[in-house]
Amino acid sequence: MSTAPNPHPTRSAEDKQAFKRQLTDVVPHLRAFARGLCGRPDMADDLVQETLLKAWAAQDRFEPGTSMRAWTFVILRNAYLTDMRRNRFRGEYDEAAAERILTHPAGQEQPIHLSDMHRALLTLPPERREALLLVGAGGFSYEEAADICGCAVGTIKSRVGRARAALTAMIDEGQIPERSTSDPSAHRAILEELDDVAAGKGLSEPTR
Amino acid sequence: MKGRKQAPKRRTDADWTSGLKQLYDSVIEEPIPDSFMDLLSKLDNRTS
Repeated sequence: MSTAPNPHPTRSAEDKQAFKRQLTDVVPHLRAFARGLCGRPDMADDLVQETLLKAWAAQDRFEPGTSMRAWTFVILRNAYLTDMRRNRFRGEYDEAAAERILTHPAGQEQPIHLSDMHRALLTLPPERREALLLVGAGGFSYEEAADICGCAVGTIKSRVGRARAALTAMIDEGQIPERSTSDPSAHRAILEELDDVAAGKGLSEPTR
Repeated sequence: MKGRKQAPKRRTDADWTSGLKQLYDSVIEEPIPDSFMDLLSKLDNRTS
């Protein structure tokens, strides 16, 4: 019924202008999502650049009137997962940037450092982290998040719930990974181990 | 005197939710590096 696939359906000049404008508008959101996913700002921005290139190349597949943010988040997450499989990201975080900001929850004796939050976040399995980022920070509904991640709504709910529970436990119990390398249980240690594995050493370190 | 509790400082969901949101929003509020605008302009020029 439909016409033969046409890689370049006619799009009006206005459509193209609107596409570019919307894509531009969504860049800060892409950066925030990417930063939350992979931690390091430089890598996150690489990921966003990659996303913009892919989105641009695929612009004929964008339905005008639908959410540019959701559409580009799908592209970004796919790019991230591909890069993850290539072992490009290892859940590193940007300590310096996170340290700049401090949150002071009302009535709390100790503020939650955003850097603590970020470290805690990065210890979550990627699929829970992304679910939490989308729903807890990005303001997507469970349904929208499920669409973005290509999974059932129930799956997203469960991932968000588990992520919340894990973060709450970490923060409550002071189990946030230390920023120093002296804590052998620290996330950092895990990262270093991963680095070794990635470097082909694959040796398990003697217990310290 | 509402009985000052010396209970351990428990975080409520709201605390870390706002922390997470703040973390996310702090990136959104960063100025966009020129490289992104340059890239978009380049793409635009190439195709139009």
